[in-house]
Amino acid sequence: MAMSSSQVVFTRHGVLRGAWASLPLWIGTVPFGLVVGVLAYAKGMSFAETGLFSATVFAGASQLLALDLWADPAPVLAAAVAAFVVNIRMAAMGAALASWLDRVEGWRLWGTLATLVDHSFALSVQDQRRGGRDAGYLLGVGIGLWTCWLLATLVGHVAGSVVRLPPGHPLFFASTAAFLSIMVGLWRGPRVDFGPWAVAGLVALAAHRAGLPPPLPLLLGTVSGAALGAWVELREPRA
Amino acid sequence: MTIRGDVLLAILLMALVSFVCRAGGYAILRKFRPPVFAEAMLRHLPGALFAAYVTPSLVAGGVPALIGALAVASMQIATRNLGLAIVAGVAAVWAAQAALG
Repeated sequence: MAMSSSQVVFTRHGVLRGAWASLPLWIGTVPFGLVVGVLAYAKGMSFAETGLFSATVFAGASQLLALDLWADPAPVLAAAVAAFVVNIRMAAMGAALASWLDRVEGWRLWGTLATLVDHSFALSVQDQRRGGRDAGYLLGVGIGLWTCWLLATLVGHVAGSVVRLPPGHPLFFASTAAFLSIMVGLWRGPRVDFGPWAVAGLVALAAHRAGLPPPLPLLLGTVSGAALGAWVELREPRA
Repeated sequence: MTIRGDVLLAILLMALVSFVCRAGGYAILRKFRPPVFAEAMLRHLPGALFAAYVTPSLVAGGVPALIGALAVASMQIATRNLGLAIVAGVAAVWAAQAALG
């Protein structure tokens, strides 16, 4: 059923409904944000820098990855590369929500896009399938999660300053844990993903062992794995 | 309440890149189709990226890290909740380090 995009509206009520719908997601977002805040403190970020970081970047996995590469002075280029590689997946989300976004203009459009994250995308697609036609919903979920994310990382920063973490502390496992749990959701079965993921991991490991500086092992692994995945996919005859 | 110049630059550049990823998809992908191979690579990029990240870290972390990885995967499959999976993984590594160390 193709929804006519002329019916799509953008209302304050939609924004509020979206913000309300984001509340259950706070349960998962809070621990993630706390961890990012604690690690930001451990890496030497100030309270204000941590707030600015979460408020403007607002993409947890890329923030974790950047913190992992973080040093003094700040690794400007490596951080930008980390943001690009982790967040390019969101490009497809904006395109997929076009039936809503086409009817929105100006600050509403660009503001909505600025708050786009995995969960606001998922909830909005669900809402669209149920016949929802208020694009304000997407912005509402985004604003709700943004608020939660900012608060959680700031609380984490304060907590980090109270409990000082020695290197090798189990909390540093949090970034690996975050990426592993995202991988569980991405897994499409051994036929599609095993080869590319194994190659990505092994190339990264080899580059790391060879002494290449970060983020090179990560980049080389990622590109080899993704290239293998694309090559296998395009070689197979279409079903 | 300090904000250093280099940190500000890194943060703002990350913010800009992230915004371009979010908004660029809507603005560009609808009008132009990227080459087929690039499009297929983009589909495989997230999984490969995370695999490239976790492998050296799991190898370096040894047995406690592997136990942690199992805990993360089990919790993620059981609850589909990222935050709980992270907490379970950190707790498992903590316990394993205490038990083995």
